[in-house]
Amino acid sequence: MEYLIQVLNGLQLGLLMFLLAAGLTLTFGIMDLVNLAHGSLYMMGAYFAWTLIGWTDSFVLGALLAIPATFLLGVVVEVVVARRLYARDHLAQVLATFGLILFFNELVRAIWGPDGKSIAVPAFLDHTVEILPGIPYPAYRFALIVVGTAVALLLAWLVARTRLGMLIRAGASNRRMIGALGVNIELLFTLVFGLGAAFAGLAGLMAAPIASVKIGMGDDILIVAFVIIVIGGIGSIKGAFVAALMVGQIDIVGRAFLPDFLKTFLDPASASAAAPAISQVLIYVVMAAVLVWRPTGLFGQRS
Amino acid sequence: MQTSLIASLRTPRGLVTTALLLVLALLPLLTQALDQRYLLLVGTRIVIWSIAAASLNMILGYGGLVSFGHAAFFGIGGYTVGILSANGINSGWIQWPAAVAIAGVWAALIGALSLRTRGVYFIMITLAFAQLVYYLGSGLEAYGGDDGLNIGRSRFSGLIDLRDKASFYWLCFALLLATLWFSSRLVNSRFGYVLRGAKSNELRMTALGFPIFRYRLAAFAIAGAFGALAGILLANEGAYISPAMMSWVKSGDLIVIVVLGGMGALFGPLYGAIGFFAVEEFLKPLLDLLHKGWGEYWQIVFGPLLVMVALYAQGGIDSLLGRRHG
Repeated sequence: MEYLIQVLNGLQLGLLMFLLAAGLTLTFGIMDLVNLAHGSLYMMGAYFAWTLIGWTDSFVLGALLAIPATFLLGVVVEVVVARRLYARDHLAQVLATFGLILFFNELVRAIWGPDGKSIAVPAFLDHTVEILPGIPYPAYRFALIVVGTAVALLLAWLVARTRLGMLIRAGASNRRMIGALGVNIELLFTLVFGLGAAFAGLAGLMAAPIASVKIGMGDDILIVAFVIIVIGGIGSIKGAFVAALMVGQIDIVGRAFLPDFLKTFLDPASASAAAPAISQVLIYVVMAAVLVWRPTGLFGQRS
Repeated sequence: MQTSLIASLRTPRGLVTTALLLVLALLPLLTQALDQRYLLLVGTRIVIWSIAAASLNMILGYGGLVSFGHAAFFGIGGYTVGILSANGINSGWIQWPAAVAIAGVWAALIGALSLRTRGVYFIMITLAFAQLVYYLGSGLEAYGGDDGLNIGRSRFSGLIDLRDKASFYWLCFALLLATLWFSSRLVNSRFGYVLRGAKSNELRMTALGFPIFRYRLAAFAIAGAFGALAGILLANEGAYISPAMMSWVKSGDLIVIVVLGGMGALFGPLYGAIGFFAVEEFLKPLLDLLHKGWGEYWQIVFGPLLVMVALYAQGGIDSLLGRRHG
């Protein structure tokens, strides 16, 4: 049942990517901001968690504290820099948030040092569970799937059922109109940015025990998150969800099964080296194909 | 438009640019006289990055197309040279035209797909294609994979020895001048006017009957070819290629250089590259002066500096030199 396990790994990666992409697609869809520094918030979430877990000596407590910490950091970034960028062109946004990446990467190096950190899998999840009789699966990864699903549901409820969600949806379709209707959009924007930061931080700290906490950890994954929101359609939470799960499957299944396929016509060493690269390439091919077919993504608004 | 050289010398921009070009032209002699070999390396890097930035300036500065994947052309240029040399084809007469041609064709191909999209989707699709090239490079186990590959420098039988630092620098400098000359001819031609017109008002240019898409595609392909030229030089400079030369951060660096220098300014890429590389050499000692050891973290200052440029100084260094005509 190798296949089932890989599909679950893909699901777990997809849910993680969704958490990262959700905030990105909201800031993009509502504030029209290309925020390259979103990956830095992902990194900061992981570093906050590393420090707080050390202080509290508890994974759960540290993680729970790191989320509001990242939220606050997001609010600060919004108030100090991001809100000045909403009305600017995309080029200015790319440039300014690129500057923020350099700032955060260097800040982390100055505070936490150049070496990576690791967060141990918490003891109560450091075992395997039998998802089906005879098929063990790491409990931590299983917990990631559960938490990821729960947060995705929470977000869906927040956007579809609450007053804040209503304003978010209204903002995504016409932000000037809701401003004219008397909604305090400055506060709304700050909240949405902070919320996005909190989700990114959550993704970062949850990924930490299976990846590692290091400088620039958000830089490459950010690009994949952008690919996801572009495939899904900018501003669409549903689109981000579908695209994230899709990308998760492509990546994991590609890594897991391409080597065997490639070995039929390549030597084993080349095959195992080429497989991860090809599965990454596949993600971009899918994106290009979607954009050529539907230039505003799967669930994007037609302008 | 075409001011004479003498007349242009009277403006601050003309003076600064002329002085800069003189210094750059004599740099190998100056660094030898001052015994500062390291400065020649910095100078070589500045000149190569200026070529790449000038090629990006053709589409970003004059065309208004925010291409976020220009470093891929570094990679295509570098890897074509590297792969050919690893297979025993060392002649620059074969390597260089091949690299430029491959990059041009690839740029035309992805341009044809990317230019269908607008705004942020264009940014993202150009980024995606660059990532595609990046991962292809890192998947080439035979050519070093992620670690990169040491390569032999291109050979131009007896004409020039690229291993000689000064000759290599002068070659790069000559190619920069050629790139800037071509760029100025391009943007001041009818072709360039259409490209710039489409930047300021796409709808009007379309209504006037110009096939905007084709003009942009041609500009995109040309920019890609010149980007590969910079990649060829970069590979020859260090006799080394690696996927890192085309990571998306390098594409970001190129955008930074173009904006820092001044978008759509002929010498903007050169000012930008000097600013970009000089800022490091300048900030490091300055911060170390404030507090020993802080110099290492110069990007903590450089990052917010970029934010300020994006917010308050979009004209870049070029706009400091007075108003531009035309």
